[in-house]
Amino acid sequence: MEISEIQHLAALARIRLTDEEAGAFAAECDSILAYVAQVKEISTGGSAAPSAGAHKNVLREDVETTEPEAYAEALLAAAPDRDGRYLRVKKILGETP
Amino acid sequence: MSPQTSNKPQTIVDRIRAYRQGDTLPSVVLAAYLETTRSREPEVHAYIDIFEDVASQAERADDLVKEGRFEGMPLLGIPLATKSNILIKGKRATACSKMLENYIAPYDATVIERLRKAGAIFVGSTNMDEFAMGSSTEKSYFGPTHNPHDLARVPGGTSGGSAAAVAMESVPGAIGTDTGGSVRQPASFCGIVGLKPTYGAVSRYGVIAMGSSLDQVGPLAHTVADAEILYDVIRGVDPYDSTTYPDGVYPVVDTKDTYHIGVPRDFLRKGIDPDVLARFEASLEALAKAGHTIVDISLPYMEKGLAAYYITVFAEISSNLARYDGMRYGLHVPGKDLLCDYLETRREGFGKEVRRRILLGAYVLSSGYYDAYYRKAEIVRTLMREELAAAYRDVDIIVTPTVPTPAYKIGEKEDPLSMYLGDIYTVPVNLTGVPALSVPMGTVDRDGKSLPVGIQFIGPHAGEARLFDIGKRFQGEQ
Repeated sequence: MEISEIQHLAALARIRLTDEEAGAFAAECDSILAYVAQVKEISTGGSAAPSAGAHKNVLREDVETTEPEAYAEALLAAAPDRDGRYLRVKKILGETP
Repeated sequence: MSPQTSNKPQTIVDRIRAYRQGDTLPSVVLAAYLETTRSREPEVHAYIDIFEDVASQAERADDLVKEGRFEGMPLLGIPLATKSNILIKGKRATACSKMLENYIAPYDATVIERLRKAGAIFVGSTNMDEFAMGSSTEKSYFGPTHNPHDLARVPGGTSGGSAAAVAMESVPGAIGTDTGGSVRQPASFCGIVGLKPTYGAVSRYGVIAMGSSLDQVGPLAHTVADAEILYDVIRGVDPYDSTTYPDGVYPVVDTKDTYHIGVPRDFLRKGIDPDVLARFEASLEALAKAGHTIVDISLPYMEKGLAAYYITVFAEISSNLARYDGMRYGLHVPGKDLLCDYLETRREGFGKEVRRRILLGAYVLSSGYYDAYYRKAEIVRTLMREELAAAYRDVDIIVTPTVPTPAYKIGEKEDPLSMYLGDIYTVPVNLTGVPALSVPMGTVDRDGKSLPVGIQFIGPHAGEARLFDIGKRFQGEQ
């Protein structure tokens, strides 16, 4: 893999990497991908499709499953920055030029 | 034979009997365990936190023991260690990542709630590879755990802290999680018993997710009987985890006087340590002598399981760990704008192995590669499940060594791929969702030390009772 490819994946994954780190990852990822690429060679018969075995979708009633407010304060308290019952983050919309 | 045969560790069964007979009390038992912890923990480093309320938990258990309140509390007064990716309300749950270094759990995981109701005492949280990615517990943000049998070696992973905590006899039992062998492999390296239950047997609610289609919580203990007691407490349907299954989804798996035991011979031909293979062959002889029928079987898709496993787990990791955004909980590293908050937080918060797997997950899921990698891996996974179902028409149980080698030295496996290859016998079990039990099968000698190795009994879906049956008999007959 090229360093630019690793940097593209890192951007998708929202992780900053230096080019030096990206270079090291590129070499390691190449050897790992060469190994896992074995699956491409496995003959599976043309019609095989993935299935989830005995598992199926399970639905439940759309109702409250816990007491209101049971966890609200504990969850808010875990936030790095808050304003009352809101989490505070940097603005999402860009500057108008 | 195990070095402990002459001096057997006290088991959960022993402790419960002593409490019931009025011979001792939980606080007395706990004090002895804490004494062991004080002497061995500095060199082993099994724990992240020892809980400050452990003595008061034991005093409450004392009162209940004195009142004889054993009914419905099968673990009354039993000290347990729990892996750091399982939430206990009010305690730190770090997953051994800088990302969650100061994260306090707002609620109990379902397994914790069940253990609590059963009367267990929570002693502390144990060390693990960061977010349960690794095979050696060297990839913890808090530094490695050492194998109690040889401090120069790894305890296995990712539940290495839980396994070491039991092996050094600081607790009689512990709880870990197993996504590709993370309970069974450290159990093998540390000379104890470890169970990966059927997928959906135990709730994952309140367990920090890695590979959601693979993760299961499982017990570690000195004996199969102890692992069974722990499993019986933690298992069962949970409305908070829709992948837990009720009775009736899988056919009942019965126990028998003797079993047909399948050995996937082709699987054992390369990459296995000769001494481990010799222990395995001796174990097969012991099983045959005990009246079981040993038959060779062929599982060609299973042998390719490792590649399919890593593709699947990379994909699920990259999705699951997208939640760590530095805004809602966990580490926050400020950048110049919102995007840079993400980039810097995830750079600082995740260790190297975690970042590597997230990148590989992004790769195998990206358009152009999805069909070749992820979808193909899911097809292989389906075929493995069918292959296994066909095998269980002829045999009752499948056996392999748990790991191809004994514990290796700390720092010996720097190359990530060489570490992945050690998971060859354990990952097919997670991909197919079946249960498997690792039981000690003796030791091999390295550098003048006796290193334990384990045998893996693999059952059909919901076949835990059969695994406990064969495991108990194997432990007794060995």
